[in-house]
Amino acid sequence: MIVPMVHILAFSGAMFLMGLACVLARRNLIMILIGVEIMLNAVGLTLAGASALWQQVDGQIFVIFLMAMTSAEVSISLAMVVYLRRQKGTVEADAFDGMKG
Amino acid sequence: MATILFYILATTALAATGLCITRRNPVHAVIYLVNAFFALALLFYLLGAPLVAAWEVIIYAGAIMVLFLFIIMMLELAPAEERGGPGWQRWGPVVLLSAVLLGCTLLLLTLDPQGGDGVPAYYASPRTFGYALFKEYALAVEIVSFQLLFAAVGAFYVGKSDWGKPRKGEKR
Repeated sequence: MIVPMVHILAFSGAMFLMGLACVLARRNLIMILIGVEIMLNAVGLTLAGASALWQQVDGQIFVIFLMAMTSAEVSISLAMVVYLRRQKGTVEADAFDGMKG
Repeated sequence: MATILFYILATTALAATGLCITRRNPVHAVIYLVNAFFALALLFYLLGAPLVAAWEVIIYAGAIMVLFLFIIMMLELAPAEERGGPGWQRWGPVVLLSAVLLGCTLLLLTLDPQGGDGVPAYYASPRTFGYALFKEYALAVEIVSFQLLFAAVGAFYVGKSDWGKPRKGEKR
């Protein structure tokens, strides 16, 4: 290990919190999706760090599955952004309150 | 040396992420996020995952971020550019971050990343990686391929332009 695992965890935790803040605070659908991307990348770095800590390749393989999952998620959610924009003419999350949540 | 590079890159990634989530213009946010992903790719490389680092650049910075940019431009979400082009306050931080990343990449090219401080770092060769991926995790690979197929079908279905008729009272 080039650095202690605690530092990797602290770094990815900070990055995860930034993504979470972006998801919770921003009202633009594109920025919410970007926050999700940041969180998924922070998790990926944790997995790679764990892989280096225990000298096993499994963590890196999970990062690859995470990437495949992310690309599927992004394709679906961006298609939904296009669809919602076509429905209401905006991408602000506050406009989509049809379910009175 | 690798340890120092790790901290420099971690700071760069955090700064790029922080700048990314505070931008008003989504295009600027995406550009900063690409910087953060390049820093993360170098971090993956330092942690002994060269294949993951390559895929981080190819898939995240290459494909997903371009998809984001494409959607932002297609829906015209970015505000109009000010006259005379962006000032140095706009492009200064991104040039600084990119210069740091380029410097770190050149440093990595010139030194041996596995011999950091005499401690042998873990290194997964693509051969080891491929054996584990397609032997132990073969079923998961199949499931992920199905998932990607479903995502493609779903994106096509949602994105079809004549998706149902506009219901009454609804703005198209």
